[in-house]
Amino acid sequence: MANVAIAAGGTARPNYGSMSRDRRWALRWSYFFLVLFAIFFLMPPIYMLITSLKTSQEISAAGNPWWIYNPTLDNYIELLTQNHYLTFFRNSAIVSVCVVAITMLISVIAAFALARMKFWGSATLATGVFLTYLIPETLLFIPLFKMFAWFNETFGIQLMNHWWTLIILYPTLTVPFCTWIMIGYFASIPKELDEAALIDGATWTQTLTKIFIPVALPGIIAATIFAFTVSWAQFLYPLAFTTSTTELVLPVGIITTLIKGDVFNWGQIMTGALLGAAPPLIIYAFLMDYYIAGLTAGATKG
Amino acid sequence: MADIAAPSSVAAMGDNRSSLHKLMQRKSTVAFLMALPLILLILGLVAYPAGYAVYLATLNKGMTRFVGFGNFEFLFGRDTFWLVVYQSCLFAITAVIFKAIIGFIVAHFVHNIPSKGQRKWRGMLLVPWVIPPAMSTLAWLWLFDPSYSAINYLLAPLGIDRIPWTGEAGWARFSVILVNVWIGAPFFMIMYLAALKSVPEQLYEAAAIDGATWWQRIWYVTLPMMRNIIAITALFSLIVTFANFDIVRVLTAGGPLNSTHIFGTWAFRVGIEGGDIPLGASVSLFMVPILAVAATFILRDITKRGSEV
Repeated sequence: MANVAIAAGGTARPNYGSMSRDRRWALRWSYFFLVLFAIFFLMPPIYMLITSLKTSQEISAAGNPWWIYNPTLDNYIELLTQNHYLTFFRNSAIVSVCVVAITMLISVIAAFALARMKFWGSATLATGVFLTYLIPETLLFIPLFKMFAWFNETFGIQLMNHWWTLIILYPTLTVPFCTWIMIGYFASIPKELDEAALIDGATWTQTLTKIFIPVALPGIIAATIFAFTVSWAQFLYPLAFTTSTTELVLPVGIITTLIKGDVFNWGQIMTGALLGAAPPLIIYAFLMDYYIAGLTAGATKG
Repeated sequence: MADIAAPSSVAAMGDNRSSLHKLMQRKSTVAFLMALPLILLILGLVAYPAGYAVYLATLNKGMTRFVGFGNFEFLFGRDTFWLVVYQSCLFAITAVIFKAIIGFIVAHFVHNIPSKGQRKWRGMLLVPWVIPPAMSTLAWLWLFDPSYSAINYLLAPLGIDRIPWTGEAGWARFSVILVNVWIGAPFFMIMYLAALKSVPEQLYEAAAIDGATWWQRIWYVTLPMMRNIIAITALFSLIVTFANFDIVRVLTAGGPLNSTHIFGTWAFRVGIEGGDIPLGASVSLFMVPILAVAATFILRDITKRGSEV
């Protein structure tokens, strides 16, 4: 696989025979390895789909696990007609939508203030926002757990074991990153634009809504997608803070209700996981460019 | 700077706005109020809990008595703790290295093919990153199933005997790393691909004219040009991998015999499931040093880039 690194643009060059032959081979090797990697990367989701279309008998039979002998939609029908799964889905959807709304409200306004309206300590705050983003939830869930217990003892409001508690918790994961990338997007808008608006007598609110938000719309979409994917996928907080079946969200719900002791109902687990993965995948399919822009903009967690 | 805004323009805008409260017209006040929700969120739900974790770590199990470093002394004396330290480092470092290598290779291949098809391949290869980790780990758990493993089925014709993917310490460690690499490598691929696109074509042409081999072009042109992105992506990934929870929890739940526990999952086991909140807080605090080091490097890079602009 020599000469793999020579990129496009070979046509403009004087055509040395060996070079174009090398390039053809490099291309073939590239495709060959890309296919191998694609198989590796797509194997689990494809296997999810295969399993979700099988009956329990077929899953526990000794045949080829990669082939569906009697395709059936029973798993889907069963999962979508029993209440639990739909409750999880609804909880997940409400939590994610609320978190996205809160996140965008807080972070766009704060990013505007931090990027354009300097105040005492604003530079420190911007750095602080970034540092906050680096603090993982695995460090915070235990003190938060204790804080909620204390909150219950002091104010008599039980925050534990309610799905809406997650709406309070998730912004800690989404707001710092969204603010950070919005600061970046806002800072890249030419100063002349808002100066012109201010000279024309626009207030700060007008500058934000009429100029910054429209101009930075790609960034806002990217941040929205990020906030949604993070809150949809979050696993640790719901596992630690919710226990009743009616209060669970998708990932935790699938694991706690479909795995009963040592009995794994794999057909339904895979169906549930696939349906649970669908919303982010659909968003990604339609808004791939924004998704990737968000990834590369802030060097997302990875 | 946009600072022209405050006093002069407000005055120039005339008397019709003088009814507004004087203080509210001051730009810095408005800005502070706009950032206030953010500040409250950070202080109340991130900074305070982080500090509170330190306090909690100094209490006894019933949280009634101050024990100083008692919890840490207790941890240092336990074999499981050292197992967790070892596994956390092994898990994070190995996974990041493999993610970086695979990401780099795949990015190269994608960069190599005609740009028309790149979008399609890129889109396909990023799928592992898009699926919520808990869900995709479930798929891996099923692929690794002791009796119905579909991977073992594929390996059987190659003469490889049933592999106990999650049943035996060594293999379980391998499996959690494999799943982590599977989820994380696409992210590296995207970052490196963006970086590859920014390397000027002339540099490769110059290298080709100088007779550089394929390897020399990567070593002397691509890698130096991408150094920053590689470093920052690896540091980010190190933080997140070190603080991982979902994969280990779903795939092995720390087993067999605690051999795959990392700080996050063991803190959960001890603190929430075991009911010893101070001990759990102490365990999770051990993530701080490595996080602090990585954060320092990332921050240095960001301020450096900021001053270059």
